Amino acid sequence: MPDLKKLLPPIPDALKLQPRRAGTNPEPKGPVEQAAEAGTHAGAWIDERMQLSGAVRWAMFRKVPRHDWTYTLGFSVMFAFLSQAVTGVFLAMAYDPSTTNAYESIRYTTNEAFLGEFVRGMHKWGSTVMVVLVFLHMAQTFFYGAYKYPRELNWVIGVVLLILTMTMSFTGYLLPFDQRSYWATIVGVNINGTGPIVGPYLSDFLRAGPEFGATTLSRFYAIHMLLVPGAIGAMIGAHLWLVTRLGTTSPPWNKPRKKADS
Amino acid sequence: MAEQNRKRTKSPYTVDRDMPGAFEGETITRRRLMTGTAHGMGALAAGAFVLPALGFALGPVFERQKWQWQDLGPLADFSPDTYSPKTFEIVAGIGEAGYSTVYVRLYNKEIDGPKRDKYDDVVAVSTRCMHLGCAVRFVQAAERFVCPCHGGVYDFKGSVIGGPPVRPLDRFYTQQVDGRVQIGPRYSVNSEFTRFSPRDPGEPLDGIGQFMYPARFSTPKLSDPPTG
Repeated sequence: MPDLKKLLPPIPDALKLQPRRAGTNPEPKGPVEQAAEAGTHAGAWIDERMQLSGAVRWAMFRKVPRHDWTYTLGFSVMFAFLSQAVTGVFLAMAYDPSTTNAYESIRYTTNEAFLGEFVRGMHKWGSTVMVVLVFLHMAQTFFYGAYKYPRELNWVIGVVLLILTMTMSFTGYLLPFDQRSYWATIVGVNINGTGPIVGPYLSDFLRAGPEFGATTLSRFYAIHMLLVPGAIGAMIGAHLWLVTRLGTTSPPWNKPRKKADS
Repeated sequence: MAEQNRKRTKSPYTVDRDMPGAFEGETITRRRLMTGTAHGMGALAAGAFVLPALGFALGPVFERQKWQWQDLGPLADFSPDTYSPKTFEIVAGIGEAGYSTVYVRLYNKEIDGPKRDKYDDVVAVSTRCMHLGCAVRFVQAAERFVCPCHGGVYDFKGSVIGGPPVRPLDRFYTQQVDGRVQIGPRYSVNSEFTRFSPRDPGEPLDGIGQFMYPARFSTPKLSDPPTG
């Protein structure tokens, strides 16, 4: 491994502590400068103990090739996921995953709770936004050749994330528990059941029995809000780790850099 | 001297490697024993919560379903020439979502052929489409079952005559007690109307289909005493 210190970009000047020059007695500072200094001191206090600024600078202030706006798609997907996570956590506060009360609790969220319609709308439309962004991100990776050596593993992790996103869409679709949710889930589970040999057992597993039953909804809910988000978070961590380790691909139209002296 | 010996010799015996306090015939060092024990205990502790949790999640796949005979009405309600829609509880305790419609008629020799056993006396046809499980509707004028989702069409008997369904409509076991019709567990049929244990929609039963989509552990046994 090369010397990490040499790869690190310098700390921006604004974040540096400016030591007082010996023998000078500086003018009393205004409240804004004092607050800025307090912030710098607090940051320095934490960093002295956690020693993270090097890692953060290494991850955040990397040198990247000349690129275009499509390089923001990956972050956009992560932002969509964060938006889904935050709105989802607060929607869960009003949701009741029981076959008799689920629809009523969603109706309450949508029609009566303060900002409920807005937060639920964010979550509902945000899921579509996330799926669209995932596919755009995947297409960008494909057309820019960014899946090639040494980034194949990141492509594989990305495919896992795509499947997990689809699982989120599938399990979340049932939760409003209206006619569309119910029948779409029946159809979706039966599509899973058409896999030879394992299919019948897989659909029994998804439904927790041979028919849509008492625990199907809560099972989908647990998968939707506990199992898959945790897996997505972990996979995003691995995805980003590989991006910082391996760097981003140069776009295909970037010319190889000329040697300075030849 | 002892220090050198310990590094050089490849003997599996701790005695040969000049370990302090080694036993005759001992091959596992105390360090290895402690490491192995700690790892083993860790695996045991992790397994103690992972395995039961997995079992809890997979349990329903292996659980045999309970069932009971349910009343559908007096025998006089039904005719051999057309279907009467009836509602019954297919899953107990989950409210509206647990009810299902079933189309019921009496045995009709011209349509059903020779009678096989007492379960053929009353024919109860499931409304679950054999494409992907939407609810089919019996259209009286056409004498067809029609699925709204992807255009599956079945004839009066329940055989597929159009669209994507892979086998005839499922049926339910029926019996008559004191002049009233009762409905029991579901069964599936292939295109010859041979009975099979219930399969999910989308799973053909002709040819190798019955082996590609085996019976499930959750299938209730007709011989079991019904509950309730």
